[in-house]
Formats: sequence, C-alpha cells, structure tokens
Amino acid sequence: MANEGVNHGRRRFLTATTAVVGGAGALAAAVPFIKTWLPSAKAKTAGAPVQQDISKIEVGQMVITEWRGQPVWIVRRSQAQLDALPSLNSRLRDPDSKNEDQQPKFAQNTERSLKKEWLVMVGVCTHLGCSPKFHGEIKPEPFDAEWKGGFFCPCHKSRFDMAGRVFDGVPAPTNLKVPPYRFADDKTLIIGVMPEGAA
Amino acid sequence: MQNRINAAVAGLQDWFNYRAKAFGPMYRKHMSEYWAPKNFNIWYYFGSLALVVLVNQILTGIFLTMHFKPSAAEFAPGISQAFASVELTIMRDVEWGWLIRYMHSTGASAFFIVVYLHMFRGLLYGSAQKPRELVWLLGMLIYLVLMAEAFMGYVLPWGQMSFWGAKVIISLFGAIPMIGDSLVEWIMGDYLPADATLNRFFALHVIALPLVLLLLVVLHLAALHEVGSNNPEGVDIKKVKDASGKPLDGIAFHPYYTVKDLFGVGFFLTICAFVLFFEPTFAGWFLEHDNFVAANKLVTPEHIKPVWYYTPYYAMLRVVPDKLLGVLVMFGAIIVLFFVPWLDRSPVKSYRYRGWISKIALALFALSFIWLGKIGAGPGTDPIETVIGRVLTFIYFAFFITMPIWSKIDSTKPVPERVPAHD
Repeated sequence: MANEGVNHGRRRFLTATTAVVGGAGALAAAVPFIKTWLPSAKAKTAGAPVQQDISKIEVGQMVITEWRGQPVWIVRRSQAQLDALPSLNSRLRDPDSKNEDQQPKFAQNTERSLKKEWLVMVGVCTHLGCSPKFHGEIKPEPFDAEWKGGFFCPCHKSRFDMAGRVFDGVPAPTNLKVPPYRFADDKTLIIGVMPEGAA
Repeated sequence: MQNRINAAVAGLQDWFNYRAKAFGPMYRKHMSEYWAPKNFNIWYYFGSLALVVLVNQILTGIFLTMHFKPSAAEFAPGISQAFASVELTIMRDVEWGWLIRYMHSTGASAFFIVVYLHMFRGLLYGSAQKPRELVWLLGMLIYLVLMAEAFMGYVLPWGQMSFWGAKVIISLFGAIPMIGDSLVEWIMGDYLPADATLNRFFALHVIALPLVLLLLVVLHLAALHEVGSNNPEGVDIKKVKDASGKPLDGIAFHPYYTVKDLFGVGFFLTICAFVLFFEPTFAGWFLEHDNFVAANKLVTPEHIKPVWYYTPYYAMLRVVPDKLLGVLVMFGAIIVLFFVPWLDRSPVKSYRYRGWISKIALALFALSFIWLGKIGAGPGTDPIETVIGRVLTFIYFAFFITMPIWSKIDSTKPVPERVPAHD
C-alpha cells in the first residue's frame, strides 16, 4: 500500500461529515425512544372530560370527583364563606390570582370561579402534590386562630382559603389550580372543557 | 498418579494462557500484585462491603423479578397487581420469598450505610486529592445512580409511600421553568404516577441502572488500581520501592486483604442477619409502615417522607421557603460533592496531619448531615426545627464553599516518607 501522498484535508472532511451525519442519525433514532415515554393513547383517553351531578350538594358541602386521576373538589360555598374572602387579602401571597398558570381566564376573579357559589378546584397541593384536607367551618383551628374556612395540607402545613388562594409563609408557592370546566345545565358540571365561548 | 494430575493441570493452564495471554497479567495487576498500603484500618472495609451488597442486591433482585408483577392494574378492589405480588405472593405464598424480599430491602439500606461510611472515609483521609480525582468522580456517579436505583426500587411495591413518594419526587422536576410540567408528564407517562410509571421504573430498576452501575463500579476500581489506594496516613507508598519495584509499605491485595475483607464480610453479614430476622423494617426506617398499605391516589398519607438515606436532602428542600430554590439547594447539595478534589487545597491528605480547623470543619459537616437527616425524617411542623434546618443547611454548604480557604490556611504536620509504626 502506498502511504505517501495522504490527503489529510480529505480525511478530515470525511471524518467530520461522517460524524455529523452519524450524529444526526443517532439523534433522529433517539426520538421514537424518547416519545415512547409520553402519555399513551389510552392514558390520553382516560384523561377525557368527566361529568358530575351537582344538584344534591348542600351549602357548605364538598364533593370529590376524579379527573385525570386527580381529585377535583366541588364545594358549594355559603354566603359567610364568600363574604370572608376579601378580608383575607393581606394574608395571602397572590390574592388577585395574578399567576395565570393557576386558573383559566374565566376564574381570575375574587371567588376564582365561574359562578360565585361553586368552587371547582384541583385538590392537589402546589407544593409537592399532596391532597390538602377540607376545613370549611369558620372557627379557630390549631394551625390558624383566625381561620375563615379553607384547606390545610397535612404534608407540609400549607394553607389555602375558600377560593384555593395560598397563604403567605407556607411552602406552597402558588394558589391551587382551577381546572377548565363548564356548567352543562344547572344540575351538571363538566370538568375538563372550557365554558362555551371561552378560549 | 500425582505426576499425571500435575501434567494435566499444567497442560490446561498452558492451553488457557496461550488463548488468553492478557489474563495472567491482569490477575496479577488487580489481585496478587496489586500493592495496597499495609496500614488499612476499619474504614477500608466499606469498599469491599459495598461490592458484597451489590452482589446481594443483584442476586436477590433476580429472584424477586421471578414473582413480581410490575402492574398497577387491579388485582382486587383497591389493590394493584404489583402490591399483591409483593405483599401476598412473595411475602406469604412463595416459599422463603419473605427472606429474599427482606434481604433485598435490608440490603438497600445496608448499601447506603456502607456507601456513606465509604464516602466519609474519603473525606477523612483526603482520598479525593490528586491523583485520585477520577476515582472520586466515578464514585460520586455511582452514588448518584444508586440513589435513582433505590428510589425506583421503592416505587415498585406500589404501596402508599411508593405512590406518594414518587409523586413528590417526580414533581420536583416541575419546578424547572418552562419545560417543568411537560417533563413531569413525560417521566410519568400519564397525568399522575400510574401503570406506565411503575412499568418503566421496573425496567430502569432491573435492567438499565444496574448495567450502568456495574460499568461504573468496574471503572471506579480500574481508576483506583491505576493510581493505587490511599491510606489512613495519606503517605504515598509508591515513593519508596524495593529493587523489584514493589512499594516497601505495600502488601499484595490477594491474599492479605482478601482475607482481611472476608473477616469484615463475616462481621457485617452477622449484623445484617440480625436486622433481617428480628427487625426487617428497622422500626419503619428501612421500610416505612405506610408502604404496607396499598397505593391510594385519593388519600394522602399523614407524613410523606422518603427513606432515611434521602432525608438530609429532603430536609433542605423543606426548610427553603421557595420551591425552585429548594429544589436547586437539594440537588446542589449532591452536586457540590463532585468538586471536593478541587476544593480541598490542603498540602496533606489525611486528617491525622491536619490542624484543628479541618477537624472541626469535618465534624460540623458530619453533624449537619446527620441532624438534617433527622429533621427530614420528621413531620417538619416545628418552626424551631425549620430554623435549625436552615442553619444546618448553611453549615453543609459553608463546609464546601469555604473549603479552599480553611484547608489551605490550616496548620499541618510533616507527612513522613514511610508509613510510621504505631505501637
């Protein structure tokens, strides 16, 4: 074999182009493997909207249903609970729901809901995903002497008011999440779809 | 007759050596002519013990896969296939299944006890210093993979703490801005920990991560044998050699240390057997009580806490009021360990030749780690504990960040040429 006259420039070019093409091929081949980890068609179907009959829920009562495997709270709030909401503003981290990731546009109001009376909320603590407990009564609690009703997380002691707004000085960073929902009629709530007309 | 046997053995040896020329030299390099310092003390057991536990985990793990079902599908109302296959099939129906399972679960905690002591030995005797940086880095990678491996293993029985622990740990990735939420969905393959999550964790736990772990262990040992072992005196034994090139303070790894380590293994297994037979959950520290209850995605356990070997980091996560910052602090606490070889500027290796500053710093660090572990295992409701936790987190990081300063200005004693004889 002749060793003389090796074209180093050509060798470098061939090495570089082979590496680039091979690298691109490897990256492309990785895509299907990575995508197998995304929620499957079955998991997506299971994440479809759910209906809930709300005609039998009493004032002050909470019903827990399930959407996408997460607990969804439906609370019919009393007038006293609703009246107490503005008085808490100074003790809350985000009283005006400025963090837009935590609720659809339609719920960016004082009650964080479509209809004042009805609170619909994903019952998962925004700290580390535990499920806070319902303490609806307006009475002093061991964790808060001036409790106006709300939710208390047993995991890391985060507190939320009757609109799912987070108190200041607790581990949870944001208000509880409001799922997309709509009322099909006065008796039926659909969780997982936006109200008609809303984007 | 004797001659014939000798001839047959020699023939076989020749046959083998002709076909695998590199095997003899390799055996000598790593075993019979690997010159280890003659002054290893009790701290030097933990490397070989880690290997023993690794073998235990692989062996018992293989037998567990023969009965385990990685499925969150319902076996009976409220009980998954996975939970039933662990708590009913393996623990009750399979002959001796309980023993294999407890060997595996006790082995996991034993692994971390051994690895933490092994790492502390490294800090104590300056084993990460030049020229052993690669050994330290590979060891840290092993620690990282081991934590992932243990986490995924803990999810498999699909008990309450499996499910909620997985939910909490995976949601940590949700703190990453922009991609956080989709990343969490991608890891779980669903909108919450589900069958897909359990199944992929099983694949990673029994195939992917053990392969990586084994490769890293081989590299860790290979890197060590390139530079040679450190010792409690921090003396470089390669400086003084005899005519044949053998360090005067070195002894052959085999048979001297294989025999010594065998003694350590016997002692260690005795303790393990005691735990295994009399207190396999170790009062809820090795296997939490909540994990004997089947996973229920609508009921959160009163206290969600990881197993003891993660609790120091978990405590850091909890005492930091901001979520993203908490996650960064937690992962930072592990990452900072990687930099020890370059943070340590001391001219001597072993604490035996360092001054009081280094000794106090190391003691404070050990204290902060253990105390944080205690806080992380508790309910985390006491406000004073939160303050203490913040102070301890500060000490933990201060130990590393100020290491280049205190390790440099600290007084030292001259390190002798040879390993000194102690009485």
